[in-house]
Amino acid sequence: MSHPSTYEPKTGIERWLDSRLPIVRFGADLMSYPTPRNLNYWYTFGGILSFCLAVQIITGIVLAMHYDASGAGAFMSVERGIMRDVNYGWLIRGVHANGASMFFVAVYLHIMRGIYYGSYKAPREVLWLLGCVIYVLMMATAFMGYVLPWGQMSFWGAKVITNLIGALPLVGKPITTLLWGGFSVDDPTLNRFFSLHYLLPFVIAAVVALHIWALHVPGNNNPTGVNVKSDNDTVAFHPFYTVKDGFAIGLFMIMFAVFVFYLPDALGKADNAIPANPLVTPAHIVPEWYLLPFYAILRAIPDKLLGVLALAGSIGMLFALPWLDTSKVKSMRYRPTARLYFFIWIAATCVLGWCGSQEPDGKLFGIESFNFIDYPIMSVTWASRIAALYYFSFFGIMLFLGLSETPLPVPDSLYTPVLKTPVAAPAE
Amino acid sequence: MFNKTVCLAAFAFIGAFGLAGPAAADDAMAPMDVHWSFEGPFGHYDQEQLQRGYKVYREVCSSCHAMNQIAFRNLGDPGAPFYDPKYPNSNDNPKVKAIAADYKVSDVDGDSGDVIKRPATSADYFPSPYANNAAAANANGGAVPPDMSLLVKAREGGAAYIYSVVAKDGVMTPPHGMIVPAGRYYDPYKSGGVIAMPPPLVAGKVTYDDKTPASVDQEARDVSAFLQWAADPKMEERKQTGLAVMIFLIVFTGLLYASYRKIWSDVGH
Repeated sequence: MSHPSTYEPKTGIERWLDSRLPIVRFGADLMSYPTPRNLNYWYTFGGILSFCLAVQIITGIVLAMHYDASGAGAFMSVERGIMRDVNYGWLIRGVHANGASMFFVAVYLHIMRGIYYGSYKAPREVLWLLGCVIYVLMMATAFMGYVLPWGQMSFWGAKVITNLIGALPLVGKPITTLLWGGFSVDDPTLNRFFSLHYLLPFVIAAVVALHIWALHVPGNNNPTGVNVKSDNDTVAFHPFYTVKDGFAIGLFMIMFAVFVFYLPDALGKADNAIPANPLVTPAHIVPEWYLLPFYAILRAIPDKLLGVLALAGSIGMLFALPWLDTSKVKSMRYRPTARLYFFIWIAATCVLGWCGSQEPDGKLFGIESFNFIDYPIMSVTWASRIAALYYFSFFGIMLFLGLSETPLPVPDSLYTPVLKTPVAAPAE
Repeated sequence: MFNKTVCLAAFAFIGAFGLAGPAAADDAMAPMDVHWSFEGPFGHYDQEQLQRGYKVYREVCSSCHAMNQIAFRNLGDPGAPFYDPKYPNSNDNPKVKAIAADYKVSDVDGDSGDVIKRPATSADYFPSPYANNAAAANANGGAVPPDMSLLVKAREGGAAYIYSVVAKDGVMTPPHGMIVPAGRYYDPYKSGGVIAMPPPLVAGKVTYDDKTPASVDQEARDVSAFLQWAADPKMEERKQTGLAVMIFLIVFTGLLYASYRKIWSDVGH
């Protein structure tokens, strides 16, 4: 870690261990990590996400003990075995299935916070890239996990998504065959998805460790985007942020529990309570809510290969963001124009998500209209085309805006705005 | 500004995609609004209703519909139609035993190796009325009657949808100009408007043990409630656990907030 260690071994055993494996020092340094004192609640999602990952891994390990990864047995092992016969199986699965959604709620807010406060800018580009890698791994893990109960939506979702890779020229077909373990989605697919679904969370955990490492070298960004300048700008991570994160995790758990105990199926699809049947296609194949914006981008493009590339590009843009945003000012607190474009971007992403949940030819506001490029102008597809155009434009806007905008005055230190607020008494 | 806008956006996001249900482009009629005892955070099953509903299932539905996730013993579990606190092990419940003994299940004779039929025990699962899906389709004009264990969860609208289909289909006439194919029936609650199941209920089709008059509406309500239990047998346990968890979490989070205020009390931030 980058900050000077303040740990002093007090007992003989600690001194002995410290010169051999300084693991106690490592933990102590994590706790004394100097953290900007002005972090608001938007900065608690890192802690919340660590909590989510731990919950998913623990519940997942227990579920795997009762799960049968075979086309003939998967559905029954989940719906009859886990949901009815395993002690508290309904609870463990409820936490795991809803936990995936909670994980994505938290990661989306975490990403939005990162963009708003410019947390991806130098010297935190690697931190941001590792975060993007975690996000992609999360999507892959969640998708494969959704396939495991082997209901209708599991099966057909797997079919649609794996078929996308087949659109790539030359390599598409062989990769798809490799993914399927055959020539269609079947038992071998389910088995490899189960294997990978068990593996990837540990890969995520490893990248999370790197992400935290990359956080501790430059230190936290903060809502002002102004660098830490003196010890007076920071407080120790423990107890100040352990307790703040702890409180936020408590609130998060309350929302989580509402879903687990009172709305356990609200985020799922009824079709997934029907066992997978390769001969019957469900009327509406839709992914889980957290993948809907990308699904809408995919469907917005009339060409399959271009659609897949746009889908990949929409996530790829996030990776490129540190080099696309040219502004020297980090926080959008002082960038009113960028802030406006950012909020429109959030809105566009929500519109895309809504479009992804609808039929592509669904009418907007019930208005009849003429066809243009396959679909009526007033249709879900055209709404997603316009929203997708803005989604991508936002990154271009960030490129030019940074060169042209006039930001508001930025405070001298991150502590200055704190001192101005009447309620806060200066420390020390 | 950031806080408010993003909060709103986040809730709109979850609301729009999580809870909005099926795509809007659907020609099916919305299921009827029915009041159930199992609604809400304190909802519970009405045991007498579940028993009546089981009777409707046994005497009407089970001749075509399997229920392969449910064992006879499940009928005696807490929250179930025949739960009796005197028998914590539901396998011993005499009502459950009697219900099981009424069914015949396939088995292999341990001595001769012959496939035999024997009376079911509490530990057995409900046997399917058909040997396989092909036989089921053949007996029902090409349509396989869906398994009923999870039917309520497998249909948008849940128990209200089941109620609407079995209570109303028989009395509704298709709109002018709609042609319902032979061997199919009009069902406005289903996308496409056509169902393979004939209207299953008539008044007095079952004789309830508790002397409740067996109107079509009553039978439909009872069997829908029974199927809700079949799909979600742990609901009472879930909601009771949920109450304790919510109380704990709210107190715990309150304590965390108090700790947070105390620790940050003399630190500007």
